[in-house]
Amino acid sequence: MPPLTDHHAATESNGRGTSEMITFEEVSKSWGDNHVLRSLNFHVAPGEKVSIIGPSGSGKTTILRILMTLETPDDGLVSIEREPLWDARGGAKPKETKQMRAICRKIGMVFQSFNLFPHMTAVQNVMEAPVQVLGMSKDDARERAQDLMELVGLSKHLDHKPPELSGGQQQRVAIARALAMRPKILLFDEPTSALDPELIGEVLAVIRDLALSADMTMLMVTHEMRFAEEISDRVVMFDSGRVVEQGPPHKIFKDPDHERTKLFLRAVLER
Amino acid sequence: MIWSNEYAIDILPVLLDGLWLTVRITLLGMGIALVLGLFVAVIRFLKIPVLSALFTFYVLFVRGTPLLAQVYAAFYVLPTYGIRFSALVTGVAVIGINYSAYTAEVYRAGIEGVPAGQWEAAKALSLPHRRTWAKIVLPQSIKTIIPVLGNYWVQMFKDTAILSAITVVELMQSAKTLANSDVRSLEPYTIAGIMYLVISYTASLLVKALERRYAPTH
Repeated sequence: MPPLTDHHAATESNGRGTSEMITFEEVSKSWGDNHVLRSLNFHVAPGEKVSIIGPSGSGKTTILRILMTLETPDDGLVSIEREPLWDARGGAKPKETKQMRAICRKIGMVFQSFNLFPHMTAVQNVMEAPVQVLGMSKDDARERAQDLMELVGLSKHLDHKPPELSGGQQQRVAIARALAMRPKILLFDEPTSALDPELIGEVLAVIRDLALSADMTMLMVTHEMRFAEEISDRVVMFDSGRVVEQGPPHKIFKDPDHERTKLFLRAVLER
Repeated sequence: MIWSNEYAIDILPVLLDGLWLTVRITLLGMGIALVLGLFVAVIRFLKIPVLSALFTFYVLFVRGTPLLAQVYAAFYVLPTYGIRFSALVTGVAVIGINYSAYTAEVYRAGIEGVPAGQWEAAKALSLPHRRTWAKIVLPQSIKTIIPVLGNYWVQMFKDTAILSAITVVELMQSAKTLANSDVRSLEPYTIAGIMYLVISYTASLLVKALERRYAPTH
């Protein structure tokens, strides 16, 4: 396991300076009157594990979807390793480009609803992108897929199709599938929200192991406060399209500065 | 008029010839409808400016006018503009094009039935567009598409009778010719009717089997 100090060094620089993995500069997005992002400035350093918390509909997921190019920002600049992914400064309408697709390959995403391909077996789900996108041979891709399935504790379910697996198992396959592309950045969009309570633990355990052992940058939208506290270098409180406050987990959870954060945490933790 | 077994057996070969042509028209026509319909559905789904609107109108137009009128127009009107094909070629083309508008709608429903999350997952994995269509979206829509297409196929088999209006000697036209020349309508039309019934009933059983095959898995 690489030393945790890496993360702390990254946190101190707070994404500023030369080592930036993800950069949002003055990014806005709205649907009609609903402003989901308001001139957002947000930085993530390489290897940093960041959790985004906040009420539903506050634009948290939109951050991930813009990074995944599933949404287009209305304004501002989004960069990955200082390369522009979206340049919508001055309200320009960016188009999808080859460069953008190349950058996107560095990013993997785990969805709330798993989104596995139901007609393929688990191992085929994990192999698909390495073969089709990276041009790996089927044998190599299968080997990588088997290793990853072992990593997420599903070696016995290689040839099962998603409908034959529990939600927790499906989400673990989805994590393996995202990892198969060896992404530099892994995004999690409420990865346990669609799960039955008794299945949440197994998925969190996999993510926890990744957070502690991999030098991947991780950005997670979650409602699992205790988990966010445990694995994050930094927690970002988000509301109404803005960052309310951010800082190390102990600070945000134990001694938040803002009334909005206090109210939110009281509401979620008292559930 | 009294049923004559002897006459019935006598005309059977002619009617079987007609049936065989009907079957071939249905196979060819459905081939055209399947390929052309998929093309139309994908273009419409991609929402390409002008082109998609054009195909939307195509579907509207073809479904909004009677097959018989289309067959007549293609066979009697187009030749005055120099577009002339044999009755059989015209008939197969028109019935294929006609059904492509219906199959396009079947494909559309099937494609739209694939959850948005599947597209998003494919994009998150950077899968190429063509691969996403061929291996992710279409295989999943097939479950809903196949049984409906099967029903249209059976319907097309019966609709080929309309081609008798432009002198294609398929089953209906064979029966009509016999009825006119021998001045006996009971046997030719009865046997033709039984042939249509047997084939379409058998085919509908097959479609039911397909429905069962594809329904429970997903």
